[in-house]
Amino acid sequence: MVDNAVLTGTYFMNGDYACCEGALAAGCRFFAGYPITPATEIGERMSHRLPELGGIYIQMEDEIASMSAILGASWGGVKAMTSTSGPGFSLMMENIGLGICMETPCVICNVQRAGPSTGLPTLVGQGDMMQARWGSHGHYEVIALAPSSPQEMFDLTICAFNLSEQYRTPVMIMADEVVGHMNERVVIPRKEEIKIVGRRKPKVSADDYLPYRPDPDGVAPMANCGDGYRIHITGLTHDERGYPGMDEKTQAQMVNRLIRKISGNRDKIIRTENIHLDDADVVVVAYGISARSARQAVRDARNRGIRAGLIKLETVWPFPETLIRDVASRVRALIMPEINAGQMVLELQRCAGGACPVHLVAHMGGSIIHPATILSAIEDSIKGKK
Amino acid sequence: MKTKKAENAVPEHPMEGLIRSERLPHIWCAGCGIGTVFGSLIAAIQKSGYDLNKTAIVSGIGCTARMAGYIRLDSFHTTHGRALPFATGLKLANQKLKVVVVSGDGDLLAIGGNHFIHAARRNIDITVICVNNLNYGMTGGQLAPSTPFGAKTTTSVTGCPEEPFNFCYLASACGAVYVARWTSLHIRRLTNSITEAMQKRGFGFVEILTPCPTSFGRRNKIGTALETLKFYHERSVIRNDIDPKEAPIDFGNNIVVGKFVDTERSTFLDNYQLSCKNLIGDWPDFGGTIVSEKPTS
Amino acid sequence: MKYWRKPLDLETIKASKGKVIIAEDRCKGCGFCVAYCPRDVLAMSQTFNAKGYHTPAVIDGSKCVNCHFCEALCPEFAIFSMEATEAAQSKTSLSRRKNK
Repeated sequence: MVDNAVLTGTYFMNGDYACCEGALAAGCRFFAGYPITPATEIGERMSHRLPELGGIYIQMEDEIASMSAILGASWGGVKAMTSTSGPGFSLMMENIGLGICMETPCVICNVQRAGPSTGLPTLVGQGDMMQARWGSHGHYEVIALAPSSPQEMFDLTICAFNLSEQYRTPVMIMADEVVGHMNERVVIPRKEEIKIVGRRKPKVSADDYLPYRPDPDGVAPMANCGDGYRIHITGLTHDERGYPGMDEKTQAQMVNRLIRKISGNRDKIIRTENIHLDDADVVVVAYGISARSARQAVRDARNRGIRAGLIKLETVWPFPETLIRDVASRVRALIMPEINAGQMVLELQRCAGGACPVHLVAHMGGSIIHPATILSAIEDSIKGKK
Repeated sequence: MKTKKAENAVPEHPMEGLIRSERLPHIWCAGCGIGTVFGSLIAAIQKSGYDLNKTAIVSGIGCTARMAGYIRLDSFHTTHGRALPFATGLKLANQKLKVVVVSGDGDLLAIGGNHFIHAARRNIDITVICVNNLNYGMTGGQLAPSTPFGAKTTTSVTGCPEEPFNFCYLASACGAVYVARWTSLHIRRLTNSITEAMQKRGFGFVEILTPCPTSFGRRNKIGTALETLKFYHERSVIRNDIDPKEAPIDFGNNIVVGKFVDTERSTFLDNYQLSCKNLIGDWPDFGGTIVSEKPTS
Repeated sequence: MKYWRKPLDLETIKASKGKVIIAEDRCKGCGFCVAYCPRDVLAMSQTFNAKGYHTPAVIDGSKCVNCHFCEALCPEFAIFSMEATEAAQSKTSLSRRKNK
């Protein structure tokens, strides 16, 4: 049997399919999901690609079961993934919290559509961004990525798996319906060129192993179920042994450690693509499909003599605070286009800290933001309007 | 009345190797049947002959689910009702594991009801131990899908207005290949049943009626846990191999216990391999965490 | 025990004799072991343990046949039985019984 996990070549490929191929290239061998527009294609492709590679695809009875199943599979030692859209994302929240608390590597792809509720099932939205950050109860940190093209669906899915294994946390891919359903050039490199990160295994024996005793970077080595370590893993607040500790000291230790695990490693996690920042007067900060519209608008602005720049967010959470603070201090305005009524713009405003005005180009959903709309916002900001 | 001084050395119990005794005393009330079932589970696991490093316990939330925290095996205490899909993922990712789900009646069959019927339908190779104490004990004694009609709970002070499930009938109807019901008094038959269910390929379900003196017993004037056991002693009848539909728990009449269903059916993985044959030919053996199960003929 | 005739294997079969070990500080006084011991070896004592529960006490250890029923029923792992000979040999540290 040929190992065709990495389909090296150049393709004209659908974004959802590219996400699936990225996952397989990253080593994903378990998928549990539930059909939902516009993410269904990821599961469909997984259902026939995974058995070819000795993996397992299971269509669960709902999204709650899907999320639980990928946590179980991850503890069974296999890289696991699910995909969904807004309504399913809402259902998965409790178990995303469980995954964060248990420190389970896995990937959840949310191909966003316009909401709230059933909304516009077949049309684009970017309204789940804050939900990705705060959707589950309790306080925690997350890692979330936003691909802006089918190529990035491939690349950032590999990145998502690597980050999830590196930091022992569920990682979200906040795609959107346009990126998911568009067909575009995807180059899949050779297997040797793809960097894969595996989970850190314990170096000590079962007698000395503590499931939640972190290494200096805040991440604890992970023994899988069946490795002989006799681990106890719970969603209750727990100490380093994994045993529940029903007191404020254990709570503080655990929650602080979970937060610092990610916030302390921000500089290694955050990825952005920065274009024309050095001499920019106005910078557009965008993610997902809106970054494509923004890229065109910035190009058009430059052609008109406006010194515009672009920060394309590849990681949306953690938010690139340091970069924004720096840029805000030297530009005349920051502009954020997003297909919602203003979610990531709140982060932008917070980080800009009043150093410069922050303008939102909002769209309620149903189609992408036209580059001309962003261009006009750029021009208005230069003239000092609004 | 003298108070004895605390003894420094606790003598070693025969099951000490499988109990996280540093966490004892456990949280269950005096007389709670869960403790007895826990001992039975450990004895059954020891009897079953499986490699203990490859035996995993998965539980949800509730008094019964706390068993996961006291057993010295790989154990997972997950979210309310979601033990079964977690166990499904765990088993499918590493087929060498022996996965046992232990949870209560509310966790498995109320909030977890949907996952229950599908896991049974798929015939995932796991064993499900359902401790039935007729209410939601952990949260103080609310009504559950197992609460008898007319029973008093904190959310049915004038009597439960709902009729309960017959869990064994439900499990059998959904396709479980092993279905048994015992009480926590039938300790030896229970241990044997759990061992049999574990050794059986496919979805095994063992329901155990247990006393809940603090939450259920008190409100329904049942008396102490010992009196509940005596009640089981008097009222239970063992009827093996009957149709679970004919085996209700009728507190006014008889509690029917026994091994009701013991049959064979291809598991999810058998069927998955069969259906994938066209895609891939023989099932690949990666020798790693994904290992093939030989399909039945 | 009275027989109407002497059993042929009376010399070869030895009825087992057991010794009950009670971990008093684990006991929560439920009374299962006392009620269900088939040989009436146990009774609830008048003393309290550190948690304030009455614990069982052995009232006639010679009757114990090592059936392990108290051990099986106990929810607290607070009582178990051993072969009387093994128990006699290990007085200070009780060795773990071999698992079948």
